Amino acid sequence: MDVPSGHLDGELPTRTAAAVAAGNLAARLSKVAGGAGGIIGGRVTLALDPNALARLCKDRTVALVTGTNGKTTTTMMLAKAMSVIAPVATNHTGANMPDGLVAALSTDPTAPVGVLEIDENYLPKISDAVQPAVIVLLNLSRDQMDRVGEVRHTERHLRTAIARLHNTTVVANCDDVLVTSAAYDAPRTIWVSAGGNWRGDSTSCPRCGMRVHGGATDWYCDCGFARPTPTWSVVDGKMTSPTGESVELRLRLPGSANEADATLALAASTHLGVPLRPALERIRTITGVGGRYTTLVRNERVVRLLLAKNPAGWAETLPLLAKSPDHPIIIAINGREADGRDKSWLWDVPFERLAGRTVIATGERSADLAVRLTYADVAHQHVPDPYQAIDSLPPGAIELVANYTAFRDLKSGLSNGS
Amino acid sequence: MVRDSVVRIGLVLPDVLGTYGDSGNATVLRKRLEWRGYRAEVVDLAVGEPVPSSLDFYLLGGGEDRAQTLAVSHLTANPGMQAAAGRGAVVLAICAGLQILGHDFTGTDGVTYSGLGLLDVRTTPGTGARAVGELLTTPDPALLATSMTGFENHQGHTQLGPNARPLSKVVYGTGNGDGADGAYAGHVVGTYMHGPVLARNPEFADLLLGWAIGAPLAPLEIPVIEQLREERRRAVQAMANRRKRLLKF
Ligand SMILES: [Zn+2]
Repeated sequence: MDVPSGHLDGELPTRTAAAVAAGNLAARLSKVAGGAGGIIGGRVTLALDPNALARLCKDRTVALVTGTNGKTTTTMMLAKAMSVIAPVATNHTGANMPDGLVAALSTDPTAPVGVLEIDENYLPKISDAVQPAVIVLLNLSRDQMDRVGEVRHTERHLRTAIARLHNTTVVANCDDVLVTSAAYDAPRTIWVSAGGNWRGDSTSCPRCGMRVHGGATDWYCDCGFARPTPTWSVVDGKMTSPTGESVELRLRLPGSANEADATLALAASTHLGVPLRPALERIRTITGVGGRYTTLVRNERVVRLLLAKNPAGWAETLPLLAKSPDHPIIIAINGREADGRDKSWLWDVPFERLAGRTVIATGERSADLAVRLTYADVAHQHVPDPYQAIDSLPPGAIELVANYTAFRDLKSGLSNGS
Repeated sequence: MVRDSVVRIGLVLPDVLGTYGDSGNATVLRKRLEWRGYRAEVVDLAVGEPVPSSLDFYLLGGGEDRAQTLAVSHLTANPGMQAAAGRGAVVLAICAGLQILGHDFTGTDGVTYSGLGLLDVRTTPGTGARAVGELLTTPDPALLATSMTGFENHQGHTQLGPNARPLSKVVYGTGNGDGADGAYAGHVVGTYMHGPVLARNPEFADLLLGWAIGAPLAPLEIPVIEQLREERRRAVQAMANRRKRLLKF
């Protein structure tokens, strides 16, 4: 596939160029004032030119990355892979709604490639506007349901949006029943067997409502909807490409979820013309994503920060925790708007597997978690303040698993020496 | 019931009525029995498999339209739960589960589907915004003396006929849409409360377990549950304050 050469500022339609300039100015002023910068700039640009997103993407090769979990990681991986052949504009900070996208594209107006993380509920609107070359569909599971509606509604909206994109190739995880349904009607698909430990949201068929039989790699429904044959796959860190070539991924990020994300990113970058080996080399340079997996030190406690904000995230996290059986575990749960106020999902996580470990429940909704752990027969301490929770443990390694705002606050708090 | 026998709890169609952590209700029932020295077993009753009429307790969780119609057709073809309810077994249905226990329910597609007719209720789509948020209620004093707390997420408006009684009066939230939440008749109970409801309301769990066992149960002291209930009540009061409403409960 051809990647268009970069365009100059002057080639943007005048209204968009002016709006981008105003937005960039607003972002600089906001940063000077101590704000986050990017999103405010994006808001100014969008207010001045509602079509800014479409115009900013018009002459670029754009890849959109969406799904419930792993968006930020996969976006960073795909951006790294694409950077082998061209400069890339990307929003790998997790600002994945329209204003965040405009902000990311405005700061890199000449980069010929855009790799954009999209909130799954915004995908239809954004894909209509930008007509992407590629959409990467990772996984779909319940997340913050009280905020955005049920995951099956999300799947149907994605399905409708994808079916009307005639020039888009969808790279989709065919081990995920809901993702497969969303991508099934796309004119062009690349199926990737990327695995998944969580089947709780797709035991009934998204197409007919009946029970789906089989496991991740051989599922089918009696209505005829069944897992397509993948051309890419990954098992235990070994990836196989459509040419039959097998490669050990050897990522520096831990766990099977990151291997799945890397395989999906490589399937997309290969389709967009990047040779596999150099793409993988770039992906291997990633050591942390938005503070995840990084360790921070507080009073001789070496805290590894992990993000898990729903049952699917926990399905990936529990095996990681099992690899360090001697480390105490702190679980931080908040319930703000961005986290979802409904904490029922804690009951869909098999916390029973933590029995015998040292566990502390912390965070603004730690009482919900403590009740759940009580019924899971997991002995635990309940220390609502996360810093007190850390200090209550002896010096040494700690695994700290947090949901969205708890993770964000602890990441900045621990980095700033709180 | 003697302590040697096993209390059998059926999780009805967890593969289609499984959203919002409602399967946690089964965990709560089982553990509250085990902690008191009873033996308990949770049985998954999956789609396509027969529904036994021999269980002591049946649990139905939330789900969406299509899951509801699938559940009704399966439970109509395999009427073990209805037979068990007829001899006094306990049925607890949450949200979409409550709706399918009624005579009929109208989906978001405008089509009215037959229910199982175990409760004298009918459900139509509500006219307002989707009810999403904390739900705080005062239960029928004939059942419970303590308030009930949960989280609702639905669009249904449920009307009760003369043969069902409201489970509770809404203090904060939407519930059925007419000032009450849920319905009960005999040992068949429905509510819009997720959370899961039995995790947040231990007295309610023990009331239903007492029905299943045939004798009231002594309370269990678990302070963190009281702490959670108090926290949720305070959160609801704070939201009500923002709307300048004083709650009475
Ligand atoms: Zn089907």
